[in-house]
Amino acid sequence: MRKLLIGVAILGVVIGAALWVISAPRPMESAALASLTGDPAAGEAVYHAAGCASCHIGPEREADPTILSGGREFASDFGTFVAPNISPDPDHGIGNWSAEQFINAVMRGVSPEGAHYYPAFPYGSYIRADPQDIADLYAYMMTLPADATPSQPHDLRFPFNIRRSVGLWKAMFLREDWVVTGSLSAEEERGRYLSEALSHCAECHTPRNALGGLDHGRWFLGAPNPSGTGRIPPIAGDDFDWTAFDISAYLESGLTPDFDVVGGSMAQVVRSLQRLDKSELDAIAAYILRAGQ
Amino acid sequence: MTFRKTLGTIALGVALALPALADENPAIEQRQGQFKLFVHNFGLMGGMAQGRMDYDADMAQTAADNLFHLTRHDQSRLWPEGTDSMSVDGTRANPAIWDNLDDFVMKFTALQDAAVNLQEVAGDGLDEMRAGFGPVGQACQACHEDYRDEAS
Repeated sequence: MRKLLIGVAILGVVIGAALWVISAPRPMESAALASLTGDPAAGEAVYHAAGCASCHIGPEREADPTILSGGREFASDFGTFVAPNISPDPDHGIGNWSAEQFINAVMRGVSPEGAHYYPAFPYGSYIRADPQDIADLYAYMMTLPADATPSQPHDLRFPFNIRRSVGLWKAMFLREDWVVTGSLSAEEERGRYLSEALSHCAECHTPRNALGGLDHGRWFLGAPNPSGTGRIPPIAGDDFDWTAFDISAYLESGLTPDFDVVGGSMAQVVRSLQRLDKSELDAIAAYILRAGQ
Repeated sequence: MTFRKTLGTIALGVALALPALADENPAIEQRQGQFKLFVHNFGLMGGMAQGRMDYDADMAQTAADNLFHLTRHDQSRLWPEGTDSMSVDGTRANPAIWDNLDDFVMKFTALQDAAVNLQEVAGDGLDEMRAGFGPVGQACQACHEDYRDEAS
């Protein structure tokens, strides 16, 4: 009996140690990032494509899209997330971060202190970005107005309130490779980069499994609204019959082919994407249709 | 518990759980009909603005006139309490409408104002119509963003 207990205890320690190792935060290679120089002018388009403002602007609808004070709440099955302040304020925002710390936050979900961010922050998409784009984004965001609103803590249920558990989620679901593969035109490839790496369409339009990982087998087929009632509509499959013109026009104007007007969280997405060149919206449209084939 | 009492308890439970089935307020379909007529006219001008069809000054003006009159329709009986998406099925009207009625009315007033401007320019040419059309869409979006749920 005693031997059994010791055996169980050892097994427990081994499993615990393995989980601890698996769940460790994994930042990117420092050497690869050190050589990057950010261009703030180029970073502005990345900012709009990545939709930073969609979540990080103030709670009011009319909030200035360049003041990333945080404070918007996102209710979910795991609890309520509150978007933090990511303005360049040194005390309450990210003003003291280095470019390398910023890139690791965006592309790996690792904080400057080495802790995991929750995947409500879509680093699961941003991981596919070109680090140069994120360096540009950093340079641009440092030119935005600072705001001294303190970040509010998330309100999450057990066990999701244990940050280390996010490391296991990452080990299971964080993937750098493209979801849609095969032969793509140059425009479709550009659209794939914009959609899968920056604009993170799939984070809402693709259903998730019980642990919150995206179901790649049902890419873009629509999903329950992650932070509210109703469903996020499909942008692929039998229930989606828009043309490339329709998609691009929608991202530019917020008008569906039936001339319904965008609402909900997608309104903020359109507000960001409509600042991109029309050719970029056409590329996203081409990719979405390619993804649905 | 007797069989009858059990049945009664179940029936009461079902009634409490499914208030949506208990009574459907006709105001919901009626206001949805109103929005369909908005789109019937707004969409015609949208088709012209996006180049899906040729601009036609008479048709655009008629649509803008219609939209003007439609947005003047008195709203007071279309939004009764208890017709929000938490209380009943078949509506995307977020309960926040009734918590922020002043703001909701203000946003509807903004739509009315934008419809006035569009009516003034819709027949004057494609670019003129476009300039009046955009703010109407913005007024729609402002309300949809805060007060319309995702479709189920």
